[in-house]
Amino acid sequence: MHEVDMTRCLLLSMNEWKQQHEPRIPRVSQVHLQVGSFTCVEPDQLVFTWRVAVQNTWLDGAELVIEPVPLVGRCVRCNATYSPDPEQAYRSPCCQQPMEEIVSGRELRIRSVDYAFSDHPADALPAATPA
Amino acid sequence: MHMPLEDTLGLNLLAANQHQAEHNREHFDAWRLLCLNVMSSPGAGKTSLLERSLAALAGAYAMAVLEGDMTTQLDAERLEAVGVPVVPITTGRSCHLDAAMVSGGLKLLRQRLDPAELDLLWVENVGNLVCPAEFEVGEHRKVALLSVTEGDDKPLKYPVMFREAHCVLITKIDLLPYLPVQLERIEAHIRQVNPHCAVIPVSATSGEGLEAWHQWLKAQVAAIAPAAPAALVSA
Repeated sequence: MHEVDMTRCLLLSMNEWKQQHEPRIPRVSQVHLQVGSFTCVEPDQLVFTWRVAVQNTWLDGAELVIEPVPLVGRCVRCNATYSPDPEQAYRSPCCQQPMEEIVSGRELRIRSVDYAFSDHPADALPAATPA
Repeated sequence: MHMPLEDTLGLNLLAANQHQAEHNREHFDAWRLLCLNVMSSPGAGKTSLLERSLAALAGAYAMAVLEGDMTTQLDAERLEAVGVPVVPITTGRSCHLDAAMVSGGLKLLRQRLDPAELDLLWVENVGNLVCPAEFEVGEHRKVALLSVTEGDDKPLKYPVMFREAHCVLITKIDLLPYLPVQLERIEAHIRQVNPHCAVIPVSATSGEGLEAWHQWLKAQVAAIAPAAPAALVSA
């Protein structure tokens, strides 16, 4: 259940992010993660522990959205990218090389946060140009 | 009016752990010691290997051990018997050591000795082939153990651990005559996910391969020490 510890790390980062907006408290609707398939993270477990962990906190109701990132290797012999398959011992299908270079799949990244400030006057935003 | 906003963070999910791990490593560098993170599944032979290596290297290096264990201090007691300082870190529910736990272990260690006098700090992680690979503790080198009794498919089933390791020790090779596994096959599977790491077959029972393993270790200690900054970092 290391997803519990990962969630704890994630909450620490979120608390730091919140401090950047003080004294206003952002209302977070979504937190977007990128999670590579060549990591020890089970996305469903992470979403579950997140839901439990944020209850009755300032993040209550915020949704954790996980973008899976596939494992992509690059063949060291011919430079072609490929999808390493454990059934094929991760070797490149083009030249039968071992998995040396990993192009993607090791990501464990907090990509972005979607949020708003409440209607409370003290929290009102200055006039801003819409993105 | 609700203004939808988006902040791009691009932060590592484990940033909080990584910051602590970097802090630990700064201490290790200031103390000019090599920190090893020793990982494997339960029962692969971490403690038996440490017993042999600590005894063999005690004349050459000043060493200490941070011993991760979920509930007991049994391993710590085994290692203390060798005569090397051991700080047990009981992790409770957690199935791995993280950088904060190791930092706590360092504080306890410093009550007993000055780490600047150490050459080598062993961190024996909790037995687990999955999550210790993702939680850095500030180590300079990761060492993974795989015993021949676990079967030759484990590097392919738990690839992240073997991918991350700088050195993989294939342990319990004295049992090979009794098992339907081939050493070459185990090594080949490790190489499929990590073509350039050191792979050293050893037996803590017969002593076979330990000399090669200790040579690897000595090369790592020699590689780390000169690069360390001279100034000491405060706690």
